[in-house]
Amino acid sequence: MLFLAAATTLWFVLYLALAPLADTAVAALPVEGGSRLAESLRFFLYDTPKVLLLLAGVVMLMGMVNSWFTPERTRALLARRGEGVGNVLAALLGIVTPFCSCSAVPLFIGFVRAGVPLGNTFSFLISAPMVNEVALALLLGMFGVRVAGLYLGLGLAIAIVSGWVIGRLKMEGSLEDWVREMPHADATVGHDTLTLADRIDVGFASVREIVGKVWPYILAGIAVGAAIHGYVPEALMARFMGRDVWWAVPLSVLLGVPMYANAAGIIPVVEALLAKGAALGTVLAFMMSVIALSLPEMIILRKVLKPRLIAAFVGVVATGILVVGYVFNAVL
Amino acid sequence: MKAVKVLGSGCANCKATARLIEQVAADRGVSVVVEKVEKMEDIARFNVMATPGVVIDGVVVHSGGIPARSKVEGWF
Repeated sequence: MLFLAAATTLWFVLYLALAPLADTAVAALPVEGGSRLAESLRFFLYDTPKVLLLLAGVVMLMGMVNSWFTPERTRALLARRGEGVGNVLAALLGIVTPFCSCSAVPLFIGFVRAGVPLGNTFSFLISAPMVNEVALALLLGMFGVRVAGLYLGLGLAIAIVSGWVIGRLKMEGSLEDWVREMPHADATVGHDTLTLADRIDVGFASVREIVGKVWPYILAGIAVGAAIHGYVPEALMARFMGRDVWWAVPLSVLLGVPMYANAAGIIPVVEALLAKGAALGTVLAFMMSVIALSLPEMIILRKVLKPRLIAAFVGVVATGILVVGYVFNAVL
Repeated sequence: MKAVKVLGSGCANCKATARLIEQVAADRGVSVVVEKVEKMEDIARFNVMATPGVVIDGVVVHSGGIPARSKVEGWF
């Protein structure tokens, strides 16, 4: 407990010290103050540690939370819920349950076997990859609270509504036969024996794993951002992806489907698009489409779902993302 | 002789888990047969929801992520 308090304090002190440190570092370099190069350097030197620190903090916290919400516990929580409330709960649990797309199929089968309604299972499967801690931490660090909050809220809304719609479509018959023939499984939860110290270890392990994996993307993203910050004139992309271009949103969603990247990999692209004057709704629609609708994941899911159900899944989620893109562009 | 099954679709973490188990068993002088179970249908039968999963002599002892070395040592 004491350790946690100390670590949190240290984190905040570091975070607050970043801006003056970056200023000092730039001043110490042999570049002209106030020049474009100095601007770019300061942006890079300030943003890189800031984003990495935010990411480490959020991943640490989520790693500890994740250690409580095992897939088994989440399933037990969801097995007792009907539709509606269940969709909301499933989407929320999608944020806090550890999830890797390579486990999508066993998880899907585990949920269905325990009697979790199909629509609620989809709410979970949509929310888990799309609304994840890496995406949120990066958006928070690079684009601020407003963009991160909107992404969180809209991502949840898409997961809840899409899952509910898929539930209404009553497509249980479109599961592959061997999945339906699986015997019922009880949603039991093993006794949780982790201590706080164990959870801290789990948190650090996930920081090592995730930050270790995504830092090159973040550096690339910030370098792109820094270059644009100093040099590239704005409004270059505005002609193609600006707010007035009605077909920009559907095109972004379509482009996003065959692309497959995790939240970290897509950030440099998002940074570049936004900085060049693309509309926020269009860019967020693109990001959601890349993360939530990917061909490889559909190929994996094809093992348990018949094509009709996959088509329904893609159609419903793509529609949700389209609506989000348009609403965003209209409101902001 | 212990029969170990590593459940997973062939992702990097699953391979790392299988290697870790073979290594720890060798260090401890325990003879094991490690089998990779990659077919979704077979994985699902073990009621495992996160891969990689580890089954020893028919009992699921681990699921989700590469197990810690200390945990693996506890199995042998």
